[in-house]
Formats: sequence, C-alpha cells, structure tokens
Amino acid sequence: MIREPLIFEISGKGKRAFSLPELDVPSREDILQGLPVRENIEGFPQVSEVEIIRHFTRLSKANYCVDEGFYPLGSCTMKYNPKINEKIAAISEFVLSHPYAPFDLVQGNLGILKTTEELMNEITGMDAFSFLPAAGAQGELVGMMLIRAYLEERGNPRKIVLIPDSAHGTNPSSAHICGYNIQEIESNEKGTIDISSLEQNMTEDVAALMITNPNTLGVFEADIKKISEIVHAKGGFVYMDGANMNALVGICRPGDMDVDVIHLNLHKTFSTPHGGGGPGSGPVGVKRELEPYLPLPTIKKSEDKYILDFDRPKSIGRVRSFFGNFLVVVKAMVYILSLGPRGLKEVSEIAVLNSNYVRKSLEKDYFLKYTTPTLHECVFSDKFQKKHGVQNIDIAKRLIDFGVHPPTMSFPLIVQGALMTEPTETESKRDLDLFIDAMKQISKEAKENPEIVKSAPHSSYVRRLDETSAARSPVLRWVEKK
Amino acid sequence: MSYTSLSDKDKKEMMSRVGISSMEELFRTIPEGMKLKRELKVPSALTEIELIHHFEKIAKQNKYSEFLSFLGAGAYPHVIPYVVDYLSSRGEFVTPYTPYQPEVSQGTLQAIFEFQTLICLLTGMDVANASLYDGASAAAEAVLMAHRLKQKSNVLVAKTLHPQYRKTIKTYVRNLDIKIEEFGFSETGEIDFESLSSKMDEGTSAVVCQSPNFLGVVEDIKKISDLAHSTKALSVVVVTEPVSLGLLEAPGKLGADIVTGEGQSFGIPLSFGGPYLGFMACLKEFIRQFPGRIAGETKDVDGKRGFVLTLSTREQHIRRERATSNICTNQALCALRATIFLETLGLDGLKELAWQNIQKANYALEKLTQVEGIKRKFHGNFFNEFVIEFSGSLPKVESSLREKGILGGLYLREFYPELENCSLLCVTEMFKREEIDRLVKSLEEALKE
Amino acid sequence: MYPDDFYYTKDHEWIQVKEDKATVGITDFAQKQLGDVVYVEMPKVGTQLEFHQSIGVIESVKAVSDIYSPVSGEVIEVNTDLNDSPELVNQDPHGKGWFIRLKIGDETEFEKLMSADDYEKFLEGIEE
Repeated sequence: MIREPLIFEISGKGKRAFSLPELDVPSREDILQGLPVRENIEGFPQVSEVEIIRHFTRLSKANYCVDEGFYPLGSCTMKYNPKINEKIAAISEFVLSHPYAPFDLVQGNLGILKTTEELMNEITGMDAFSFLPAAGAQGELVGMMLIRAYLEERGNPRKIVLIPDSAHGTNPSSAHICGYNIQEIESNEKGTIDISSLEQNMTEDVAALMITNPNTLGVFEADIKKISEIVHAKGGFVYMDGANMNALVGICRPGDMDVDVIHLNLHKTFSTPHGGGGPGSGPVGVKRELEPYLPLPTIKKSEDKYILDFDRPKSIGRVRSFFGNFLVVVKAMVYILSLGPRGLKEVSEIAVLNSNYVRKSLEKDYFLKYTTPTLHECVFSDKFQKKHGVQNIDIAKRLIDFGVHPPTMSFPLIVQGALMTEPTETESKRDLDLFIDAMKQISKEAKENPEIVKSAPHSSYVRRLDETSAARSPVLRWVEKK
Repeated sequence: MSYTSLSDKDKKEMMSRVGISSMEELFRTIPEGMKLKRELKVPSALTEIELIHHFEKIAKQNKYSEFLSFLGAGAYPHVIPYVVDYLSSRGEFVTPYTPYQPEVSQGTLQAIFEFQTLICLLTGMDVANASLYDGASAAAEAVLMAHRLKQKSNVLVAKTLHPQYRKTIKTYVRNLDIKIEEFGFSETGEIDFESLSSKMDEGTSAVVCQSPNFLGVVEDIKKISDLAHSTKALSVVVVTEPVSLGLLEAPGKLGADIVTGEGQSFGIPLSFGGPYLGFMACLKEFIRQFPGRIAGETKDVDGKRGFVLTLSTREQHIRRERATSNICTNQALCALRATIFLETLGLDGLKELAWQNIQKANYALEKLTQVEGIKRKFHGNFFNEFVIEFSGSLPKVESSLREKGILGGLYLREFYPELENCSLLCVTEMFKREEIDRLVKSLEEALKE
Repeated sequence: MYPDDFYYTKDHEWIQVKEDKATVGITDFAQKQLGDVVYVEMPKVGTQLEFHQSIGVIESVKAVSDIYSPVSGEVIEVNTDLNDSPELVNQDPHGKGWFIRLKIGDETEFEKLMSADDYEKFLEGIEE
C-alpha cells in the first residue's frame, strides 16, 4: 500500500480540479464595500481532479469495511448494507427536495416518513415514532426528555435514572444531559438485572429505568414484565435502548413487554450503512401516553394529505433542524419492504443462530463470565490468555492479521477484558469459520508464542499507533510550515 | 429477499453444533407469553424491480422539482462536483465502522484529519471536530460548551439566529441550569447592539450570533466579539452558509471563541433536511470541553505517521455521565463529502463560488427593487440571501408565483410577525441569469394583477 | 514496594504526612490500572476539601478516574509539573508524581486509612 500524503502536502498554486460556468451577470466590486473580505485562505489546497481521485481511492484502500469482511462488533450490528437501498435513496426527487418546500409539493417524502413510522410501530409494538433524532444517542436524549416533560407536567420531574452496570456509555451521558443523576443497578450472577437491587432502588425519586433488552451480554431480560411492573408501580417509566433489536425482530416486541419508550438504530438493525461513523438515525418510539411530548414536527394525515404538525403544545420542542436524517429513513424503509414479514423474522433467527454457533465453537478457548444462554451476541473475555500476559487488546490487534475486524472491547464494564461478539445474520458459515479458526489460532499462540500476539498486528500498514502521545500532545490539524 | 448467507447444509451443521433441532429453541429464554404468535403485519417482500417501481411512484408524488425555487434559509442549493458522489459511494467509505481500530481505518481517519484542517482554515480557529449532527444541534452543543467553560448561566442569543436553531438550543438547555435570553435586530438587519449591551452582565457565559444571519445580513463579528469579551463572555459565531467563508474574513480572526454551523453547502444535497453536517471549531485552550470525536496525528511503533481518534476521555464511552456530549455516531460520510468537495473546489474554486453567489444575489436584488411594489427591507450587507418586502397582499403574490411555477423564497411571517409582507430569497451560483430575470418578470406581473 | 510512612485508601490514593501538612498522590497499582496518564485535572490552591471529596480527575488514553481526598484539609500546593509532564504519575507515582499538598484539617481521620501492610493485603484480595 502506497503511503498517502495529506492533500495539503501535494497542493500547488495553479492546479485546478473544478470550474464553474462564467458569471452571466455583471461583476461589481462596489458591493464589497463595508464587508470584511478575506485576503486569502492560507494553506487551502489546490490540486487536480486526477489527484483528488487518486488521493481518495488510495485512502479508501486503507479502510476495512463490511463490503470486504466480517465485523463481529458486539452491540453494533454491522450487517451487510443492501445496495438497492442506496440506489433508491439517490432518486432525485428525494435528494433534491428542499426542507422548506410547501407540504403539498413533497407528499412523497412526508408519505415515506409516515409509512415508516407505521412499519416501526408494527415491528416494535409501540404507538408512535419520531424520526428526528440523528443517531441512537440523540434518540436516548429525546426519550429521556419525553419522560421528564411528562413528569414535570405533573409537578415533579424526579431526580434519578436507574441504569444497569452493563449499559452502553451513551445511556448515562444522555440521562445526565437531561438533568438526572445516575444510580447504577447491579447485575446478578446470570448477567441480568438483579430484581431485589431494582426493588430497593426503585423509589418515587426515580424517573426511569434505562434497560437494554437483550442486554449488552446478549442475555434476554426474561423478567422484563416484572421489571416494568416494579418501575410503573412507583410512577416511573421504562426506557428501552433498542440497540439490540436485531435479536427480536418478528420474535417479540418491546411494546408488548410494557416498555414505555424505545429508540432504534437504523444503522444497526435496519441495515443503513455506518459510513465510517455516520450518518445514522435513532428514531424514538413511544406509547400513547408520551406521544403528546414528541419533538416537533410530527407528520399526520389530514383529509388525504400528509401535513407537518407543529401545533403540539406539550411537545418538548425541536431537537435539530428540519425532519431528521430523511435519506437514511428512506433506506430503512426500502429494507423493511424488501424483507417482508418472513424475511424480518429470519433476520433475528439467523442472527441468533450465527451467534450461538460462534459461542459454542469458542467456549472452550475463551472464558465466558456468564454461562446464561445468549441471543444475538455474547461476551468472551481474555481471562485464559491473561495468564500468558495476553490481553483483549492484543487479541484484537492479532485478529487484524487474520483479516477480521476486532470485536467490541470498551464495554460492558462488568466483564474485565471483554470481547463482545455479534456476528449478525448476514455472515456466511465460511466467514464465521474463518473468525472461529482465527480466534482458536490466537488462543494457541497466546500459550505457545505470546509475543506474536502482543506485538500484533504485523500485516497492517500502520501498527500500534501511539495513542498516548496523541492525547498528551495532540496534533489535531495540519499546519503550514513557514 | 433475504440477505442471509447460509445454505441448507450450513444451517443443519450449525444447528447440530449448537445442539438444537428447531429454530424456536434459540429463543427458549424468552417467555412464551411475550412471543409474537403471528407474522408481522408488514407488506409482503418486494423484489428489487418492484422496489424501484414502488419508490419511483412515491417520488412522483413530489412536485418540488417542477418549480424554480429561491428557498434557502439554512439549506442551500449548490453545485456538487460529480467526483463527490463518485468517491463517497465507494464501499470502503460507505460501509466501514467508526475508526476505533486505527490500523484498519487510516482512510477514514486521514479524511477526518483533512476535514478538521479545512474547517480550521476556513473559520480561523485552532481545533475542529469530526462533525456533529447538524447546524442546530451544533449550536446547542456550543451553548452547553460555553456553559461548562464559564460556569455561568446566562446565554444571550440573537433573534437573527436561525429560528430552528434557537428552538433547538432551548430544548437542549431546558433541564440544565442555563437561561437563554434573546436580543433583537436593528433597521439594517444586523443585531441591535444597544439591546445586546443592555442585557450583558457578569452572569453571561456567551453571546451567540449567526453571520450571515437568518435575514441574510452579514454581522460585524469583531464588534460583537469585543462586546462579549468586555464582560468575559465567549463569542459564539454560527455559520449556516459556509460558502460565505470563501469570501468573508474568518470569524477566528475577528475574535470568535467558538465557530459552529451547518456544512450542508459543502457537497451535500438538500436531502429534504437530512442527513446534514454540523461542524464546530474552537480555540485550543478550550479543547478539554470540546464535544465530538477528534482525529489526531501520531506515529506508529515503526515511526510511520498515522492517525487515531484522540482525547477520547471527553467522550461518552469513557466519561459516561460526565462526558462533554453524549454523541456517539456522528456524520462521518457527510464530512467526507464536504472534504472531497472543498479539496476539489480548491482555493480558487471556493473563492470563485463565493464570488458568483454574492454577484448573482446582488444582481437579483437590484432587478427586483426596480419592480414597483418591491422594496429592499434591510440595508446591511448580504452574501447570497436577502429580504424583500412587498406592498399589497402577500398570499396573492405567492399563489400567483406558484401558478407561474416559481417559489419566491421563504415567507417570513411565521418566524417574525413584524416581517409580515417579507420574503427571504436565496440566489446561488446555480441560478442562470434568465432564471433570475424570469423571477423578476413574474413578480412584476403578479404585483400588477 | 509501598512506603511505610504513607497511608493508603481503598481508592488507591496515598498520603504522606509531615507535621501538619500532607502530600497526596495515587499508588503504583492505580497508575498501572490506568495506563499511560495523559492529563490530570487538579483543584485550585485554597480549596477546602472534605474527607473523600473529589479532588479532580486523572485521564489516561482509555480511562478516566476520580481522585478523592484521603482526609479533609486546605489545598496549599498543586504539582504544576503534571501539566506538562503527566507521565510523572506513571514513572514515579510515589514521588515526583504527587498531586497536591494539604494543610490537614482533622488528624483523627487518619484512623480510617490503611498502613502499607494493610494496603498490600488489600491489593492481594482484589480480583484480577
């Protein structure tokens, strides 16, 4: 792989990659009077079109991606991104429509938002959805705001949100932005919420419990109805983080589990691409009770036409501009319609089969802190390998040499040295076996030749980047050398 | 259509290894009473051809493309060089995960580093992040950041900051100890300095303004920043139309402490409002309170240059409830588009783009004000948007224009009741002279009716 | 390994007393757990601290940890070397990597702390 310089390093005066048609109106200097005109944009690049194409083509080759191979990243649901979704989201009437267009001129777009809402209601058992949140974290924030608004209206927003110790980091940070203090609930020896811990902590000071189901260990919280009961009895709400929805599609529905509000990640369960870090979409679904508080605007049908509804006095207000990541919603709708009821159920069935196959194949090689049956993901740890000085991060780096992206390592915090593994339903047996064989091989190396694991990766272009000096003395942009 | 990849034989072998004889057994941990006893009531699966027909039919229900539209107001129609679509649709850019494992993500990380640099160059700031969701949530994050830095509750926000951005800020702060107060605009369309001064005090953490503002007027950022600094408050400048930075001085050189805004103009189509691209940049002394992902340069174990996500301890996956923001997934692919766009336009291209915008907009305003019944509302300098006022009934003018196939900008009555007969028009490089002339002629006719 | 004249807390801070003043830092075990330290956030001189109140935060590349005051007192000095050289915490946690110096508020609080022996036993009990 050729090392690719920064675009600024190959820039040169006189090179051009683009031109505009000539100005067809008179050009006037006097209109600049009184304006703070900049002399120059120092350092701004000048390259040719060929250089642009080569630069980005080469950079792209330095990226691993789903189109290339497997990403067993727990909680991320890195499934295949169907290409027909991309083609349809590129239809010009969708792409070139302005968000301030009068509603009667964009009925197609509004129809897509409303129809997808109805599809999500059916899939999740909730009563209404908002597609405004741009990502799961924003969805969580909105969900918590809805709860708070409801409680505030009744005189007391309460102070605390209960979060299991296995939760994803966005859960506490979202609750905090909402003005709540966090109280951690312990997991029991099965890895699920400890009911007595919940009972003890559920008071009238608690606004909500944030739960992920199945949880981040891949275990279904079978007591969810009892959990909801305990929370509801004291006037609190149950928020479900829908990041793990891939285990439940067509099998069971959060709405049927007495959950009050959920968010989904369209870039997880609903196949929209990750794009190297977005754009995603984190729609929020609610039961009737919380519907009046949904952010502005919602879509409704009025006399055969779709309209934007801003006349919602209880709404929490706007959480972003316009209507959400519309083109991402289009992709999710295409996906749902391409699968149909049978295909949707198959998603979860195969996701769970693939995960259990991986689990069964590796359970002797890697420590499973919790032996409880798991659904679409499971969490191994580096306990056996640690005896030889090999940690999860070393295993992760060594996997790169086998052409596989490492599993999730930064959580759940309740498993030390975690390797959270979620294959998703789109992986073939061959790719699963490649992963399994790689993991077995690494486990063997950890015993017989730990150095090769600890100094991995050996085959990637850059190896073991110095993250410490990147944080101690950050260099966050290119600077022109004078 | 299913995207699974198991053959019948594969499935049998796998089920055997797992030790099950039916798929139902996989879900034995879910209580029977909770399971769905029926199929989901969604339409039967459509094949690829059927999907295309289905969505083309839906697309035809949109009539917007039949109109000549002068809508702007936070979403701008600009040229997008074809290489942007071409390169950003490569699977290696569309389908990777967040670059937490730098050894396999150098493409994304280097592109982010270039994006951050470009934003710094344009805004005149030291540090930029890898993107936020959109301009509105970015403005809200900037307010939260100012509050963390100054530990003071009051934030003064210009009424000429985009109405949706102001609403978003209000929603984000509603559960925190932050008080938002708005200050108005003057006859010129710029902010009312007296109104701002009178509201500033020791408890102010930031002054938030937009430039060019929602009414299209370019603000005196230096004067605003000096005023903010006089009470030790931060100057937050929001830019919804960053093409303006191809011509106008960088806010960083005019005293801004935090610059944030909407990057949609940089290679992202109108998209009916999303996905868009929030950007934020700040001075280096504020880095620890800065939200969002950041890529940094470093060396690897063999001394080669590489890029990594850094300063992660500000973020949710580590700091959890004390994170600077809860943001996780951001808008990486949109930032990539912006990066390709800016690098393709290059220095001369961006300057030319900005030049054409201001020239065409000025030409349009000049011709429009020659029509009887149309007045230029604000005399402040503008970039590519301006407000005109109509004498006579605006709804009549609106519908007359509609009949002629024209959308005459954004009518401001629902945002500023005092601007009842006004419209905000946006004219970019995309408008041919004859299209602008057509607008003028149509309005002339409409006003005579 | 752990100096005899220091006292220790369950949160892995150490405190060394000289007359009515004390120096506070984190232990070797803590710095190993954290990994390479990149930043230390410290209180201002003059801050009044209570027993077990958060003094500040210590950041490594992958983790963040609160530092708690082992005893109550007033901050009289802060180790500004850590601003430019946070790696001192890793290199010399019991010496040059100190964080703050306190004027002790209440001597009896020392009864709540562990001796070097107790701390070493405590470490053995921690599951790895």
